[in-house]
Amino acid sequence: MNVIKGFATTFKHLLEEPVTIQYPEQVQKFNERYKGRHHLRRYENGLEKCIGCSLCAAACPADAIWVEAAENTDEERYSPGERYAKTYEINMLRCIFCGYCEDACPTQAIQLGHEHQLSFTDRRDSIYTKDMLIDPPAEGKAGTPRQVEPGVYTRSIPQMEDPS
Amino acid sequence: MSRNLKIGIGVGVLAVVAITLVLVITNLSAIATWIGFDSAGNLNGREGAIGMLLSPESRVQNLIQCEDDAGCSAIWPIIFAAGFALVIVTGFAYTTLLERRLLAFLQHRVGPNRVGPGGFLQPAADGVKLVFKEDLMPAGADKWVYRLAPMIKVIPVLLVAAVIPMGPDLVLPWFAPSLGDVWYQVPQGLVDSNVGILWVIAITSIATYGVVLAGWSSDNKYAMLGALRASAQMISYELSMGLTLAVPVMIVGSMAFGDIIDAQRNIWDWLVFQNPLAAAILMLALLAEVSRAPFDLTEAEQELTQGYMTEYSGMKFALFMMAEYIGMIVVSMVAIAAFFGGYHLFPVDGMPILAPVIFLGKVILFLCGMIWVRATLPRIRYDRLMQFGWKVMIPLSLLSVAWTAISIVVGDALGGGAYPIISGVVFVVVLAVGAIALNRLGSEDASEESIPMEDDPMYTGERRGVGWALVHLVGMIVAIPIALINFNVKALDGLASFGRTPEEDRALESGETAITTTTGGD
Repeated sequence: MNVIKGFATTFKHLLEEPVTIQYPEQVQKFNERYKGRHHLRRYENGLEKCIGCSLCAAACPADAIWVEAAENTDEERYSPGERYAKTYEINMLRCIFCGYCEDACPTQAIQLGHEHQLSFTDRRDSIYTKDMLIDPPAEGKAGTPRQVEPGVYTRSIPQMEDPS
Repeated sequence: MSRNLKIGIGVGVLAVVAITLVLVITNLSAIATWIGFDSAGNLNGREGAIGMLLSPESRVQNLIQCEDDAGCSAIWPIIFAAGFALVIVTGFAYTTLLERRLLAFLQHRVGPNRVGPGGFLQPAADGVKLVFKEDLMPAGADKWVYRLAPMIKVIPVLLVAAVIPMGPDLVLPWFAPSLGDVWYQVPQGLVDSNVGILWVIAITSIATYGVVLAGWSSDNKYAMLGALRASAQMISYELSMGLTLAVPVMIVGSMAFGDIIDAQRNIWDWLVFQNPLAAAILMLALLAEVSRAPFDLTEAEQELTQGYMTEYSGMKFALFMMAEYIGMIVVSMVAIAAFFGGYHLFPVDGMPILAPVIFLGKVILFLCGMIWVRATLPRIRYDRLMQFGWKVMIPLSLLSVAWTAISIVVGDALGGGAYPIISGVVFVVVLAVGAIALNRLGSEDASEESIPMEDDPMYTGERRGVGWALVHLVGMIVAIPIALINFNVKALDGLASFGRTPEEDRALESGETAITTTTGGD
């Protein structure tokens, strides 16, 4: 009878290993495109990719990003081009992790990584500032701000090759 | 834990172990005598602790029956009741844990395993949470009934356990000032009443009051509906419970649980083998009695939020949950005592201390069975639940009573071996009929035989069929006295109005004048 089959099914579950993942000892594997915490990326030479254009703030549906731009000089250069983001803040309570900022960015500066353990105990701690979001410079390379040769880093948006 | 704390605990444990070892080694001979080794080194056991485990009442000199002694018969029930209540309440707490863990494993997941090793302290955490929860009362609730209702539900289910013995009489040592060292033979039950089965059926009915009062006093129409449903369900399954509990009474000849358990000393004596239908029906009826899946529609979250418990929070809610789980435990105890051998697995008269352990093991098995049923079967819809209770369970329980009755009568008439043979014959017949009926139900012909609504006599009002005739016959019989009374009253009225004029008749009917004796008609 079907009832007996039902009992056999649940009994089989008793003998199999449970599917539960024991967090936090075991963490589930994420796909490559998982949208976690934001990162502000750098170029390989150490300059920041973010040019402070605030297209990400414009694209954000939850109004979570605040960008203040300031002017780059060759003595104190943060990013190639004229502008850099002096203030860059994301309110993690407003952010819905949709990835529109990543899509809108012209220099591929802001990208969503895999960090997901983002808890805090005070609402004020939910504002992630630029120093919490910026990638550290690569090993051995200089960070920003730094002094560069004048006239080299004049293009804010890099020369992109045609992928086709 | 900090490193210093670990070091401290380690040192403490080592100290305790060392002291114990020293004490044991220096007193080895005394310990050996206590266990039961005699001077030659043989485990003689007659006066040792091991000996006391086996047939203790035959080995002691001053044995006093507890019921004969004034002090013991007053104190022992209190001690036993306090200890038993404590054990049951702890058992309730760990039944919740068992349920959550086992249900989870049956559903291919893990239950609570964070609070304490393996979730061992989860019930404590739940208890603390419920104690600290805000104790709400709806504004329009009937205050005292609202407070009393959980108690009225919990107390009867605890009381049911009073008549079920946990084991044969224990022998306990005591020092009585006037008598010196004496041994009391105490029962392992509160009261082995000689109407134990009746007690069970009666007291479980009182729990229904708690349910209805809870729903009524909540000032919530959905809670009230849930309460009415729950109480109707409990009442309708009590009939099958009562009938199937009559089967052990018939076989054993006594309503006392102690006698029923003692009649099932060996596994082959268990009453379940003599009437499995009654055992099965009893287990189903008891499941419905405690509103346990698959009969738990009245507390299903999807249907009625929590049914009659909706407006309760905090400790009062905990009391309702307590009533449900303790009901599960106690009801398993009743079923085991009635059909599954009680505390006997092999005859445990010689080792009374083992009986509660065996009983506990069986209760845990039954609880696991209940949880397995909950994990497997979907909830039964309420109208089907009521139909099942009245149209299937009661006829089947009548059938099981008839089975046992016929077997006993024929067995008594024909002597020795006839009882098992007749019982077996009826068993085969019931199995065959059941298999055929279930096959027909499961096949597709059955669904085509249902009458479409246009032809249903309830709808068309046509007057034919056996049912209609029966109803009218019964109605006629019931109507006879009513018709006679009516006829008599009308006849007397007619006689009274014999001498009155039509005007006086009309005046009487309109009520303007009181009845006066007529002076007319001279």
